[in-house]
Amino acid sequence: MALTKEQIAQRIAKELKNGYYVNLGIGIPTLVANYIPKGIDVVLQSENGLLGMGPFPTEEEVDADFINAGKQTITTLPGSVIFDSAYSFGMIRSQRIDLTVLGAMEVSQNGDIANWKIPGKLIKGMGGAMDLVASAKNIIVTMMQTNPKGESKLLPECTLPLTGKKCIQRVLTDLGFYEIKDGAFHLTEIAPGVTVDEVKAKTAGKLVVSATLKTIEV
Amino acid sequence: MNKVVANADEAVKDIPDNAVLMLGGFGLCGIPENSIAALIRKGVKGLTCISNNAGVDDFGIGLMLQTRQVKKMISSYVGENAEFERQLLSGELEVELIPQGTLATRCMMAGYGIPAFFTPAGVGTEIAEGKETRVFDGKEYLMEYAFKSDFAIVKAWKGDTAGNLIYRGTARNFNPMMAMAGKITIAEVEELVPEGALDPNEIHTAGIFVNRIFKGEKYEKRIEQRTVRRS
Repeated sequence: MALTKEQIAQRIAKELKNGYYVNLGIGIPTLVANYIPKGIDVVLQSENGLLGMGPFPTEEEVDADFINAGKQTITTLPGSVIFDSAYSFGMIRSQRIDLTVLGAMEVSQNGDIANWKIPGKLIKGMGGAMDLVASAKNIIVTMMQTNPKGESKLLPECTLPLTGKKCIQRVLTDLGFYEIKDGAFHLTEIAPGVTVDEVKAKTAGKLVVSATLKTIEV
Repeated sequence: MNKVVANADEAVKDIPDNAVLMLGGFGLCGIPENSIAALIRKGVKGLTCISNNAGVDDFGIGLMLQTRQVKKMISSYVGENAEFERQLLSGELEVELIPQGTLATRCMMAGYGIPAFFTPAGVGTEIAEGKETRVFDGKEYLMEYAFKSDFAIVKAWKGDTAGNLIYRGTARNFNPMMAMAGKITIAEVEELVPEGALDPNEIHTAGIFVNRIFKGEKYEKRIEQRTVRRS
């Protein structure tokens, strides 16, 4: 069985280490916050200007002056810090963020990523994605292995306008976990019940199956 | 030192057609809503707006799109607005999209008096087209210029009569950089206090950067994505 969005988030959560500062993008990455392991102290950054993002507010706690990068109402936690957006991207560019998780439309076997623009469709903008992928040292891309048409999103080269070049080292899809190196997707972990043949059929880029392939625990 | 003007209309009265404006806020959070209302009453046209977002159809900068007052938006993300989409597709509106960190830093550099800087954001993408690049320590960077703007319009939580400002929560966002960057900076605040009433340790923007300050008549503070958990 392919992983559900929640299972993808749970697998990412296992990458969290004590003391990590983490930036989670919109979509599946946001769900990771629901699965932070007990005893692991991580601080979530929201690039509009908050370190130490708390849970969504209760109805009574809603405050228009406190939102996250997805413009959702949010709370702070003891120890939270608020700052302006230039300061916030200073944290990102100077590589203080230990883990960045973001979604994508396409990733190439050279580590290029496209996630902001589809020619011919309305362009909404890149937000902070170009800054994040250009500077972050530890990025995991989460996405479905294929698009709604069933076409692979793991490609020899991106077809959509790029967000960043040669910047992605790891991708987790509903079918598997990949390391990108030496111009190929190295399948290191596979979703339970998914066959290597299915992964091969749904990977358009160069695929290398790791000799130590593991099944993702869910 | 007294920077106080009577109201929003007084604050924006000399903004001419075709002015380049910086407008603070992220989404609808921390936007100068009273000044936007005054710009609509004034009917000034052909504006270039440097702002992270373009509001929604019936709030924020979206209101100035409805009245066709905006010629160009310079933003990082402009998703949530049907009128915006219509004007963009019809060619009535020009849009320049800029990575969010670059946008913030181009504002900041304007305020710091630094003409340009180098950032890795956008290297190897269409954003880099026509831009000077340089390699530092083996990594490629793009040269980006400080913004030039005629007026910066910001929103703060508290301000004093000398123009010193304190922001609240994530409504701070782009406001402090923009406050430093305008040829003329207009600040609207929820609470206006006498000079000396704010703790100097807690002031975010020094009044030296602010030319005009007024207390906003009312704040709707609309929420774009109201997201709650069960109590």
